[in-house]
Amino acid sequence: MSWSSLSLGRRWLWVILVGGLLLTLSLALGMCLGSTPAGWRRNLAALLGRSEPRDILTTIIWRIRWPRALMAGLVGATLSLGGLVFQALLRNPLADPYILGVSGGSAVGAILGLLAGLAPFPGVALLAFLGSMGTLLLVLVITTGEPGGRKGSLLLSGVMVNAFCSAVIIFLVSITQDVRLHNMLYWLMGDLSMSSPDHVTLLIYLLAPCFLVILCLARPLNLLLMGEETALYLGLNVAVTSRVLLIVTSLMVSLAVGQSGLVGFVGLVVPHLFRLLLGPDHRLLIPACLLGGGSYLILCDLVSRVLSSQGEMPVGVITAMVGAPLFVLLLMRSR
Amino acid sequence: MTPPAVLVKHLQVSYGRQPVLRDLSIEVPEGAFFIIIGPNSSGKTTLLRAIAGAVKPQQGQVEIWGALVSHFSKKALARIVAVVPQRVATDIPFTVREVVLMGRSPHVGWMGLEQPRDLELAEEAMTFTNVAHLAQRPLPELSGGELQRVIIARAICQQPRLLLLDEPTAALDPAHQINLMDLMAQLQQERGLTVVMVSHDLNLAAMYGEQLLLLKEGKTVQSGRPADVLTYELLEQAYGCPVLLDTNPLGQVPRITLVPKRFLGPPFLIHEARRK
Repeated sequence: MSWSSLSLGRRWLWVILVGGLLLTLSLALGMCLGSTPAGWRRNLAALLGRSEPRDILTTIIWRIRWPRALMAGLVGATLSLGGLVFQALLRNPLADPYILGVSGGSAVGAILGLLAGLAPFPGVALLAFLGSMGTLLLVLVITTGEPGGRKGSLLLSGVMVNAFCSAVIIFLVSITQDVRLHNMLYWLMGDLSMSSPDHVTLLIYLLAPCFLVILCLARPLNLLLMGEETALYLGLNVAVTSRVLLIVTSLMVSLAVGQSGLVGFVGLVVPHLFRLLLGPDHRLLIPACLLGGGSYLILCDLVSRVLSSQGEMPVGVITAMVGAPLFVLLLMRSR
Repeated sequence: MTPPAVLVKHLQVSYGRQPVLRDLSIEVPEGAFFIIIGPNSSGKTTLLRAIAGAVKPQQGQVEIWGALVSHFSKKALARIVAVVPQRVATDIPFTVREVVLMGRSPHVGWMGLEQPRDLELAEEAMTFTNVAHLAQRPLPELSGGELQRVIIARAICQQPRLLLLDEPTAALDPAHQINLMDLMAQLQQERGLTVVMVSHDLNLAAMYGEQLLLLKEGKTVQSGRPADVLTYELLEQAYGCPVLLDTNPLGQVPRITLVPKRFLGPPFLIHEARRK
């Protein structure tokens, strides 16, 4: 019995089961491993809430590691899903969640926030979010009223906006010489160390509707993959659907980026990996990217925490160091 | 009296400043096999796209069974009209069954989940176009003929009343061409579908078309039964090249022969031959 001969429902169930298991395991690992080592019995007791009151391990696990793992999961899921949607929408396998200038705009916003000495939350996160929304708006205005070559000009104006923003970033970084420089570089490489339970809760409330909208647009995404004209003939209002997808996806990516900084490669590698494993059907790919992308970033964050015994290593370093070779490998295998 | 399947009134479409269709009016009766012919860039594909609601006319209107196309939602229109476009994306490894099931899109609910009935219709459509044995094959592995039959199966799966095809035989070998045309005739006769097709093959058009429309530069040159449209004068006027016309040995339809340049000079003076 091969994978593709299973009914869609069966395949969907498998994806949810395996993905859910993977996510649970990653979360458990992310909560048990860290710079305060403990035996698995103590960890298990703390996880299940059976340890003695005021146990220091329980506090570490539930106050520090839990929100951080959850944040990693949310950001990973968002970036993977964002990559998946943009790759289908632009019919370009190299599109990533930052393609429309989201990264550039939010980085400029975040760095301005750091320079002004704002707190990581809500100050820097809010400025990062506003920055990315500003660039998105700019890109949308540039490409409005261009029915024919919209995809090409979307890509190009995104690239241009990002290029301009990275020049601004380098300018800002090079005129800064104090301790704030360190924070900036951390943010640019992706950093989950600022997660707190409140941010995570807020982020869940904001991201869940975005995930839901995209889940409901799985079939339209499949149709868009067949080309805009075919999608139209199959009864899809292409203009409205693409706009909704564009805006919802950019919104959720900039929400995540505002919290985590620029975590690269997740949005590129995870969707491609699942496309190779599961085929092109978005009804399977969307849940797979949510669960699998979340797990991937939780595990990468775990590695970055374990590897750097002193201080912290930005998780973006690990996602890129694992992601880039993995991506090349996939590319070579798929030929 | 049922209204005509397609009624085009004073249609004018331009891309930029370039007018493609100029004041075009046609009528396709319900259940007809209607074939649009004409030279390159005469507006055939644009006419098809206008009927399918994919281009907005500058002037004039298109009606389907008496209702304006522009008043339909995309989904409602796709339940009545199916299109087999000239080019389709073949780089995405969807399986044949998945592609055919996409034809159910205008019928399934907003969550996009297929019911057992949808799967049945897809199997039936695949059997009808003889691609059932390919159901598990990914799209990029298909040959041109197989691909065309898959796209037609998808259109059938859509359960349309009107089927629009843009040069469906262009990339096919003779056997596949005839198979496809027979399939269309079968659909039209057995299921009462109205078929509107753009074709470059004048002989196929003569043999299968009940009504032909000859277009040139976005205007009607002639429209009517094959014998009335396929005449020397009209074909030469539209295409600007000489053709030979006689009766097809299979029956009372015209047969068109294209004439290579070397036959145009003496001793094969075509204009002489024609006068005899």
